[in-house]
Amino acid sequence: MAQINLLQAVNSALDTAMDTDDRVICLGEDIGKFGGVFRATSDLQDKYGKARCFNTPITEQGIVGFSIGLAAQGSVAVAEIQFADYIFPAFDQIVNEAAKFRYRSGDQFNCGGLTIRAPYGGGISGGLYHSQSPEAHFCHTPGLKVVIPSTAYQAKGLLLAAIRDPDPVIFFEPKAIYRAEVGEVPETDYVLPLGVAEVVTQGSDITLVGWGAQMHQLHRASNMAAKDGISCEVIDLRTLLPWDVDTVAQSVGKTGRLIISHEAPRTGGFAGEVSATIQERCFLSLEAPIMRITGMDTPFPLVFEKEYMPDYLKVYEAIKASVNF
Amino acid sequence: MAKFDRTIGTLRFTEATDLSIPTLSILDSEGKLRKDAQAPAIDKETALKIYRDMTYIRVLDERMLAAQRQGRLSFYLTCTGEEAAVVGSIAGFADRDMVMAQYREQAALRYRGFTSEQFMNQMLSNDLDLGKGRQMPVHYGSRELNYMTISSTLATQIPQAAGYAYGQKLSGNDACTVCYFGDGAASEGDFHAGLNMAAVLNCPVVFVVRNNGYAISTPISEQFAGDGIAPRGVGYGIKTIRVDGNDILAVYAASVAARKLAIDGSAPVMIETMSYRLGAHSTSDDPTSYRNAEEEQLWAEKDPISRMRKWLLGKGWWSDQQEHQLKDNYKKEILDALKSQEKRPTPSLNDLISDVYQTPPQHLQQQYAELQQHIDKYPDHYLANPAKANGTYLSASVQLP
Repeated sequence: MAQINLLQAVNSALDTAMDTDDRVICLGEDIGKFGGVFRATSDLQDKYGKARCFNTPITEQGIVGFSIGLAAQGSVAVAEIQFADYIFPAFDQIVNEAAKFRYRSGDQFNCGGLTIRAPYGGGISGGLYHSQSPEAHFCHTPGLKVVIPSTAYQAKGLLLAAIRDPDPVIFFEPKAIYRAEVGEVPETDYVLPLGVAEVVTQGSDITLVGWGAQMHQLHRASNMAAKDGISCEVIDLRTLLPWDVDTVAQSVGKTGRLIISHEAPRTGGFAGEVSATIQERCFLSLEAPIMRITGMDTPFPLVFEKEYMPDYLKVYEAIKASVNF
Repeated sequence: MAKFDRTIGTLRFTEATDLSIPTLSILDSEGKLRKDAQAPAIDKETALKIYRDMTYIRVLDERMLAAQRQGRLSFYLTCTGEEAAVVGSIAGFADRDMVMAQYREQAALRYRGFTSEQFMNQMLSNDLDLGKGRQMPVHYGSRELNYMTISSTLATQIPQAAGYAYGQKLSGNDACTVCYFGDGAASEGDFHAGLNMAAVLNCPVVFVVRNNGYAISTPISEQFAGDGIAPRGVGYGIKTIRVDGNDILAVYAASVAARKLAIDGSAPVMIETMSYRLGAHSTSDDPTSYRNAEEEQLWAEKDPISRMRKWLLGKGWWSDQQEHQLKDNYKKEILDALKSQEKRPTPSLNDLISDVYQTPPQHLQQQYAELQQHIDKYPDHYLANPAKANGTYLSASVQLP
């Protein structure tokens, strides 16, 4: 198996999807010959032609609306939004159209062939408009699926699953670890199931839940805690909507403690949803309040990015606080 | 029913080519007035200010590009090749007019009086940055100079400019708004919304569209199928002109006339400046992968600054000696400013939570208190300036669309 990075795994998934299904079409800003600003679509235009992999004008609402139409017609549309921060002009098309297309027509029509890819997250000195994690906005929208990989292996398997899923999927890619995250990825076709979390590290004292680039902070904090004799169970949610309640509830039933961590601001963040659900399911097992280690309730900063981020030290302090509660 | 109703008995579709918009050109490539062209009234002082500011921005762009490569700032973006389009247009407006720009119009800010130190303060995210270290380099803004703070999001300023101009009209202060954007931004929904509202609501706003051939890697041939952006202005009922964006006199003449039309007629006006983005999109971009050197060379020969210089020399308003001195002075001024301003400290940590709202609410104050306690535990780990860290964390690259 080849060692490739997360970005190459995304490219490999798109290549596999286009190779195995002529109906798959990739579109977005600068994704053609140039291969996208991060090069996720490198060589796809050369390989599959301009009709199936092409540049669009700069209009996110146009890209998503066009892709909904393509999908409704029977194509499989994989739209790239250059940065998750720029997905908002397409909010109406995603929330009012894609998410409700099947439901409002009584399943006469659907746009299940739609997948929207967007690089998200901080850690690259991108400031307000190249750093945001907007997943919670979309997790509040019934009809969508929201998927975020944290490794190269996951990226390929989950993206292929998203493209082939019968419902519209938003696939957020952790751009800060596009190149740094390297792992063994099969060159063959494979899918990982949506809606299923992965228990990455088994542990007994406390459960840590995260997704995407934040998994690195959780692993690092878990390793620090291990030196203090604290055993962390680390869970990667992988899919946020619908999320795998059973896996997390089972873990918290065992550990009695839970920390959820994400880069997005705290208020209205997805950690709140996980916390509320686990409190309902595991109330009698809890040994300490469920904690959220998140970004602050500010726009994404530039000069104080490091201070804003829910880094491993903040997670580590939370682990100690929870265990000592 | 259409406004200009006309009935015919023959079936005929109107084609894009039926609306052919000419390009105003006053100076030829040698800096001489074209035979049939009428030069705008421009005094020596204004002409020299325009020339100096164009030259300043060329030098600033060169120096900052080098500084970025040296790791002294995280990101940069030049307006090389489009100096006449920007300086020539802003020179046609009054200082009380509001500027709502995209992100490649630093030359307009210079024309308004932004100093080298102020440019550096923003790019270096130091304690004197008017934006308090919150945005990537080149996202300038100045209340004092009526220059609205830049947002990375494309085209959002276009409907805002219509609204701002409407407010100016109601307050009767004899001012308008000048709104800059590029050929790529004109594809966004906000462009169409903004133009239509500006026209319907008779807003005194001048839209300056910099058609520079590329939106990052996407050539205009893949951005639109029609004849540039100008016909869209006409379609929305907006008085529109297309000018050679490398011809300072054409840009200036159109801008002076546009301002008068906007204010006297209470109506929007559109100017499409035809030029070329000679540099990369930004320091994250490498244009060699999507365009050829011959094309770049062709446009380099149309350089707007040297064309204006030839005109100034012809009029006896400028000399080679002044030219050398000017460039040397600017190089020194800019490097001195870089050196002095990069020694300055970062903004205060409290600026992490200030200005989210006018007054930080209780929950934000609490989060800030928790952060301070955490930093106290790990004082060596936090509060270093990432703007000086070459802008990279792991190996992702930042790209401004």
